Amino acid sequence: MSTENRTPLLRLAKRSEMDPRKVWCIRVASIAIALILGFIPILLTGNNPFAAYGVIVQGSLSRPIYIRQTVKIAVPLLGCALAIAPCFKMKFWNIGAEGQITMGAVAATYFALFWADKLPHFPLLAIMFISGAVAGGLWALIPAFFKAKWNTNETLFTLMMNYIAIGIVAWLQGGPWEGRKGSQLIPMFSDNARIPTVLGVHCGWVIALVLVVLMYIYMNRTKQGYEIAVIGDSVNTARYAGMNVGWIMMRTMFLSGAISGIVGFMIVSGANYTLYSGVANGVGFTSITVAWLSQLNSFAMIAISMMLAILEKGSNTLQTRMEIPASIADIITGILLFCMLSCEFFINYRLIFRHRERKEVNV
Amino acid sequence: MTTLIALVVAAVTFGTVLMYGTLGEILTEKSGNLNLGVEGIMYMGGAFGLAGAFYYEKAAGAAVNGPLAVTIAILSAFAAGMAASAIYSFITVTLRANQNVTGLALSIFGTGIGQFVGEFMRVSEGGYVALSNGLKTFFASPVFPPFLVNIPVAGRIFFSHTVFFYLAVLLAVLMYLFLQKTRCGMYLTAVGESPATSDAAGISITAYKYLATTIGGGISAIGGMVYIMTTAGCVWNHEGLSGVGWLAVALVIFCMWRPLNAIWGSILFGAMMIMYLRVSIPFIPTEIYKILPYIVTVIVLVLTSMKNSRDKQPPASLGNNYFREER
Repeated sequence: MSTENRTPLLRLAKRSEMDPRKVWCIRVASIAIALILGFIPILLTGNNPFAAYGVIVQGSLSRPIYIRQTVKIAVPLLGCALAIAPCFKMKFWNIGAEGQITMGAVAATYFALFWADKLPHFPLLAIMFISGAVAGGLWALIPAFFKAKWNTNETLFTLMMNYIAIGIVAWLQGGPWEGRKGSQLIPMFSDNARIPTVLGVHCGWVIALVLVVLMYIYMNRTKQGYEIAVIGDSVNTARYAGMNVGWIMMRTMFLSGAISGIVGFMIVSGANYTLYSGVANGVGFTSITVAWLSQLNSFAMIAISMMLAILEKGSNTLQTRMEIPASIADIITGILLFCMLSCEFFINYRLIFRHRERKEVNV
Repeated sequence: MTTLIALVVAAVTFGTVLMYGTLGEILTEKSGNLNLGVEGIMYMGGAFGLAGAFYYEKAAGAAVNGPLAVTIAILSAFAAGMAASAIYSFITVTLRANQNVTGLALSIFGTGIGQFVGEFMRVSEGGYVALSNGLKTFFASPVFPPFLVNIPVAGRIFFSHTVFFYLAVLLAVLMYLFLQKTRCGMYLTAVGESPATSDAAGISITAYKYLATTIGGGISAIGGMVYIMTTAGCVWNHEGLSGVGWLAVALVIFCMWRPLNAIWGSILFGAMMIMYLRVSIPFIPTEIYKILPYIVTVIVLVLTSMKNSRDKQPPASLGNNYFREER
């Protein structure tokens, strides 16, 4: 009798494996629940939630031009999520993508401003691409170096690097790179420094899709990808197997920063045609959630980044049509993230009730 | 001299905002929870604090009572912060989801809610949401009587601040005493350092993590409200508030997770953030001032990790969730 009382009513155990179909059912259900919870803020504004969701879908997908705008929002999210995936696989919490995007954009902008009249179109774009990648990579390398050498907390370090990068752009904007005196604006890029469009959207989406495939191969089919996975599972195992953990960390962070830097290049050269301090605009943070919710699977990232882009683009239409503040996109995104994060619990853990367990024992 | 005094006063005003954010996050992180949602929490605190005071004034009309309005603003901000961090605690402590990602999600969610409430009030009240001038001055005026404020130099520096500043200092001292002198506080530190050991000693990890995170979130939220009510002049202003939460996260590192350091640390950071408005040093562009706090934080972070002294480290389990069966 006493032993029975000592077993808690409800306890947890790790689940070993779950039917993949069931896993996807849980995930889809969590998205559905999130969308239903999203009714609440819409109802508070006195609108019909179904109509509101209709407007969101309509405003983001109903016409080719809307689709193009939606894709334009999704591309940096996707690119940056790809950048973050190897770091998070390694359990290196790089939340500095925002800064790495910004530094990539700075380097690309340098060539766009000062070399546009000296170089032909494609060599110029190639140099902007490479310099963006190198600048983003080097910016990411700084925290990685300190993590490898002195085990400095990388979450906090990369976070601080974001604001330093943004501050540097703010300084460039009002100082050395200022266009018209007093405008606080960097001049627009000449046509020479703008990347071409494919199907009406800047060709960054092609680059992003190529990166999806490359990243999938890198993570699953190469030795380096395997090393990253081992470090993520256990640093000690990796050391015991003779891996140079510090070196792998720095290499992976450089790669991650480089991809973020390329995203920065795509944003300035494909979307904004200029540089300002808000160039990353939260993409670096949102893409972390994209990467994580995709289970670091590059193909799933396409779907998740599109979903968030639809919400964002659709909410702008919602604001103009129904006078619902566009910040509803952030709220629904937040709810979506909460639900999808929570649902992983039911995939990874098993709830055991005291009552049921006794039955199992009897059988 | 007057410039210097004005600088100190302005630094304290902005520093007070940071102090609440930082103190809340220190309490949270002491339990091993790295809540990166402070930015969102402070937005919610700002919006709900303003809403609380605004609707109270609307209901009370001419009979509006200053101290009561302040209390209502504090309580509604605190409640909003508690609610936000309760979501965070549920997802990370009970459901054991990744803390970084959950924190970022809370940031997105909280800034969304804050903006939404701010906008919603603006639209539903027909254009402009602001407190009456009488209440506005009550929020922003010194708490001490004029004869103390008018003491040359010292009066302005020590007695001219709002009630929120003195409350924050009191809170810092109380938190120091709690963490250092009480059994509960030491248990909390133990939970943050080594949950497995604390669990074996019979401490309820879940209860400590939940309580520290929700109360910490409530305290951080008050910071957002103080910003809206003092610096922003009782009007919803999301641009001014953006980035403040992240600065509070930086300050926690700078203060080495010690509440008493938060007092001078936040005033110092406050000074760095507003210095560009008051003092101009030739050859240093104003924008560079603004990144100073972050650079200083990075240097502190690097130096402490290089020295590796045992009493100047983040809580050892910071950022990791605890599951008893995982070894």
